[in-house]
Amino acid sequence: MSRSHLVQIRDLSVAFDGVPVLHGIDLDVAPGEAVGLVGESGCGKSVTWLAALGLLPAKARVSGQVRLGAVDLVGAQRATLEGVRGAKVAMIFQDPSSALNPVIRAGRQITEALGIHRGLKGKAARREAVRLMELVGIPDPARRFDLYPHEFSGGQCQRLMIAMALAGEPDLLVADEPTTALDATIQAQILDLLATLREEMGMAVVFISHDLGAVAQVCERICVMYAGRIVESGPVGRVFDAPRHPYTRGLFDALPSLTGPRTRLSPIPGTVPDPRALPQGCAFAPRCARAVAVCSLQRPRLEPDADGRALACFDPVPADARTPAEAQHPAARASAAVRAVDEAAPPFMPGPHGAGPAGSGPDRGRWQEAAQ
Amino acid sequence: MFRFVLIRFGRAFVTIIAVMTFAFVVLRLSGDPAAVIMGPDAPIEAVNAFRAAWGLDQPVWVQYVAYIQAIFTGDFGVSMRGQSPALDLVVERIPATLELTLPALLLQLAIGIPAGIYAALHRDSAIDRGVILGAVMGFTIPSFVMGLVLVLVFAVTLGWLPSGGDATWQHAILPVIAMSVGGIGILARFSRSAMIEVMGQPYIRTASAKGVTWGSVVRGHALPNAAVPIVTIVGFMVGSLLAGAVVVETIFSWPGIGRLLIVSVTNRDLAVVQCILLLVAAVMVVSNLVVDLLYGWLDPRLRGHAAH
Ligand SMILES: Nc1ncnc2c1ncn2[C@@H]1O[C@H](COP(=O)(O)OP(=O)(O)OP(=O)(O)O)[C@@H](O)[C@H]1O
Ligand code: SF4
Ligand SMILES: [Mg+2]
Repeated sequence: MSRSHLVQIRDLSVAFDGVPVLHGIDLDVAPGEAVGLVGESGCGKSVTWLAALGLLPAKARVSGQVRLGAVDLVGAQRATLEGVRGAKVAMIFQDPSSALNPVIRAGRQITEALGIHRGLKGKAARREAVRLMELVGIPDPARRFDLYPHEFSGGQCQRLMIAMALAGEPDLLVADEPTTALDATIQAQILDLLATLREEMGMAVVFISHDLGAVAQVCERICVMYAGRIVESGPVGRVFDAPRHPYTRGLFDALPSLTGPRTRLSPIPGTVPDPRALPQGCAFAPRCARAVAVCSLQRPRLEPDADGRALACFDPVPADARTPAEAQHPAARASAAVRAVDEAAPPFMPGPHGAGPAGSGPDRGRWQEAAQ
Repeated sequence: MFRFVLIRFGRAFVTIIAVMTFAFVVLRLSGDPAAVIMGPDAPIEAVNAFRAAWGLDQPVWVQYVAYIQAIFTGDFGVSMRGQSPALDLVVERIPATLELTLPALLLQLAIGIPAGIYAALHRDSAIDRGVILGAVMGFTIPSFVMGLVLVLVFAVTLGWLPSGGDATWQHAILPVIAMSVGGIGILARFSRSAMIEVMGQPYIRTASAKGVTWGSVVRGHALPNAAVPIVTIVGFMVGSLLAGAVVVETIFSWPGIGRLLIVSVTNRDLAVVQCILLLVAAVMVVSNLVVDLLYGWLDPRLRGHAAH
């Protein structure tokens, strides 16, 4: 077992009321690394990390291993889990407005974490909480410390959540669709904030998202999940450059291309299978244009391929097949997909220039240009 | 905040006037106190004289205006029976009723809420099922049945406790139990569902995710949120306690307001009945008011709305 990994997930499986929804996930996160987890709704992205931290309801049956150093978190004592949460691994959630306690002052929710993880109390805790609020970009934090969550906007609530997560100085931050509930400009700001914080604090990030563009912005590695399994994973550049699993490819084809001619979008036909009635072979077979006979009989295993990714497919898209957009603009390779995604993400309305906070580098500018 | 309080007070005042009016009219229309008080054999002249003396020969609205005017001067009328002021008769009985209702309320809070919360936190356990069963039994058995069963078992059969009267504190045990059981059941059921609801909220998961221990999540994050619906139901229960007092005091011959009400209604002692109803209305209005104010204190989101 390699010591260089912060978290090692092996064969993690989850069932609710006897219905398996997660079928043996293997996933490693290295220190400081940013991993994106994408896939359609219900594929098990959240459940993977809730299970890892023991945050699922009691009716969930969890098996496998989640190793954090020498500790296995699956089936661990409550005290063990409580010692890990927030301190080593922090998690922030999708809907920041309902994820903060409505009857506790915002600042107090941060000082609570400071008390637990850093032993700060009273004035010292307050000072540090105000500093964290400032760090995540809450204006006038000293005054707003005593406000309640409903007195903050959605984007500010997400900033508060991030400040709370930072309080324990975790090695890994799991951000579960942190921007989905926010509007476009705010989304971009929060993504920027996450990227900046990650750089400054050197923590690893797991970024769960529907939004391929956001993943490209934040992450180095991407894992694509389908129906409770990882179907493709690899470095962001390579996967975005040439998605090989037909499902990953489908996700990209479903995005409109900015650079290419205005072709029709080709969303993936069909719908995600019901976890109670998964196809026998490859779970994607009923929707897959490349399906061959064996696909509906056997399940492809996740195998490493030559160029550093892992794939679970009997007949993957050849590595040199390109999207029309990329073929037309060879120079744009890696970023073409990114731009396309950027325009496609439904709530991504063209926002005003310079809306991002300070620290918007040249990359950031390109990003926003593409969004226009 | 000031406007909020002012509006609540205005509403409370209107409610009390409405209750008074309703009681007044219904009592006048539902039978002739003169006939009841003078007895069936009284000569007609005596009955008429009685009517004239009490103003009962006047049209209802004239009586009503006189009644309201008197009340605003602090005059709640005189008992048609004993000739003493109705207010004195009622006030005299308040301590006895409090001796039952306060312990009953405390018992309801002290047993109902913890039982419900415990059940919620140990959902589907044997204790949870036990609490649900007990709660359903508690609030489906009417308090008069409960009272009679208690008397039968503990007073008549076992002879452990007195069956009626108010001589010693032991006399209060059975009536307090009879009065509190239903409320314990309601509170347990309600606290359980409120707590289950709250424990499923995203902010509870957030608290756990940041490393807050389970006990602190329950005490610091869940209970303050569950308190809002629980306080609501407690507010309602104050009213039902008074209703329970009527039944239970009658069964256990407890000299409180409840029994006074029954006796006065039977006797058509209008002033006393009106005075009691006014008191009951005031208690319920005040408890609602307290609940409203508690809301604002418990849930900061309601403070903003309350002001508008
Ligand atoms: N508490 C629960 N009880 C029962 N089933 C659940 C529960 N939580 C999740 N599931 C099921 O587990 C599966 C995976 O859910 P999960 O929330 O991980 O999806 P997701 O990939 O995060 O989707 P989304 O993008 O919508 O958040 C789904 O089929 C979902 O219905
Ligand atoms: S295994 Fe077959 S069905 Fe599944 S994705 Fe690959 S080609 Fe398609
Ligand atoms: Mg999710």
